[in-house]
Amino acid sequence: MSVLEVKNVTKSFGSLVAVREVSIAVERGELRAVIGPNGAGKTTFFNLISGFFPPTAGSIIFDGTDVTSLAPHRRVRLGMARTFQITEIFPELTVAENVRISAEVAAGYRLRPWLGRAEAARVQGRVDALLSLAGLAGKGDRLVGELAHGDQRAAEIAMALALEPRLLLLDEPTAGMGEQETYEIAQLIRRLHRDSKLTIVLIEHDMRVVFHLADRITVLDQGRLLAEGTPDAIAANEAVQSAYLGKAA
Amino acid sequence: MTAVTLPETPRIGYRPLALAVIWLLLLAAPYWMPFIGGYTALGTRILVFGLAAMSLNFLLGFTGVLSFGHAAYFGLGAYGTGLALKFLAPSTPLALLLGVLLGAVAGALLGALIVRRRGVYFAMVTIAFGQVFYFIAFRWHDVTGGDDGLRGFQRQPLHLGFTTIDILGNATAFYYFVLFCFALAVALMAFLLRSPFGHTLLAIRENERRARFLGIPIELHIWLAFVVSCAFIALAGGLDALLNNFANPRELHYSQSGEIVIMAVLGGMRSFWGPLLGAAVFISLEDYLSASAERWSVQIFNWPGHTLDWMFWIGLLFVIVVLLFPRGLLGVLQRGKT
Repeated sequence: MSVLEVKNVTKSFGSLVAVREVSIAVERGELRAVIGPNGAGKTTFFNLISGFFPPTAGSIIFDGTDVTSLAPHRRVRLGMARTFQITEIFPELTVAENVRISAEVAAGYRLRPWLGRAEAARVQGRVDALLSLAGLAGKGDRLVGELAHGDQRAAEIAMALALEPRLLLLDEPTAGMGEQETYEIAQLIRRLHRDSKLTIVLIEHDMRVVFHLADRITVLDQGRLLAEGTPDAIAANEAVQSAYLGKAA
Repeated sequence: MTAVTLPETPRIGYRPLALAVIWLLLLAAPYWMPFIGGYTALGTRILVFGLAAMSLNFLLGFTGVLSFGHAAYFGLGAYGTGLALKFLAPSTPLALLLGVLLGAVAGALLGALIVRRRGVYFAMVTIAFGQVFYFIAFRWHDVTGGDDGLRGFQRQPLHLGFTTIDILGNATAFYYFVLFCFALAVALMAFLLRSPFGHTLLAIRENERRARFLGIPIELHIWLAFVVSCAFIALAGGLDALLNNFANPRELHYSQSGEIVIMAVLGGMRSFWGPLLGAAVFISLEDYLSASAERWSVQIFNWPGHTLDWMFWIGLLFVIVVLLFPRGLLGVLQRGKT
């Protein structure tokens, strides 16, 4: 059964059509990569899925629920978490605080004026587990704004994971990273996919990461769905090659 | 500290030693203030406006939202308390409670209309609504006393069952009553800020978009913070009415709102206690300079000034602090220590 079904969504900003009649279906436990040249509409597509703005036409079904017109925080509550192309964190709070806020919200404590001892301990355990999963153990007391770029990104992913999502949306998780950082984030994503069986949709520019991690690849070009298939099929696809080569030429 | 405690870095409120110093200074104020030219009623005023600035800062410093009309809720607390004493019942705690209720209810109603605005628009709408209350207090002569202010009420002795405390005639007793209310309010604010709810406010301050995509309904949480802040500043207003046995329509004016914002920023809006320091400096300077400003402005600038010139010196200090010490006066003290 599909966790995410996007049916014929279109998004136009005035006369510009950023996404045109795109449909995809992501299976449970799948890792789907969305690729495409700059301006292909990848981030707009992500914003539609996560509810940043509503589509002009089409519908979005998440786990059997029509979420097309649902506000972002309602989609989060249904189990959809995302990270952003430009890391969105709470810079003047510590790494542990960042993750803790997320864990408290996920536990349904956001309006609570206090926590019982057992509840607080549960949150703390969750924070510790997530920090070590994201490779941030020992950095919990550092202000997240002072961390290296790769660690900030890992912290953002840990915050998203604290929401216990059934679908994780990652917008260019390795953007702006060096070799080592890219490798570490790719390993983290791989762990989440292989070990935690998490359903993940990611936008990514680094083709090594994409072809290494993805079960299936969706290619967008100029707002349209250009191709979809396994990494091997996409690598052999002529339309995809010309879209990328055409851009490079 | 337990596992619940956030490992806060720059906030002095969580350092036990600094905390002890603050409370000792406040507890002993009636005894040391006279030695540096102060007096008990001045200490009470500092507590009242310190509470007002800290309440505003619950929104400004910890939710990241600037209200420029908070004097309205201060004033509603003052008028609510005064009117309750004058027309309802001769009970100080009941009158304060009604004042707080009036401020909180008004904050809840207007807050609902304001919370969708952001930044400058939020500030402008809060000013506009604040001025509405100012004009009501200014014009509704039959009830509020109009521009003469509300007179004809007095703070009443506190009946504790086993004893009665005269807070009318005894300025020191009244100081401790205000300190008691202040401590209660401040402890409650600190408690809230360290709770999961308080954490969501920090999240909104830090990054609204991230907070939204963590599943926090931003508008609801800002509204709640607004109501909490209005309730506490209404308490400050009620205490001010008790202090003066008088409520002044100017207390609702947006210039008063501006002064409270100045106190918070002057002291340091990113720290819990900063606004209290800002209020202490502001109120002390006002008290000292309005007496001596005329002499100074004549001596230094050859201005034949009048007593309002104390604002000039406050303004000068404010500009220096904002330009050179963005974390406020408390930020300077903290940097000095580390």
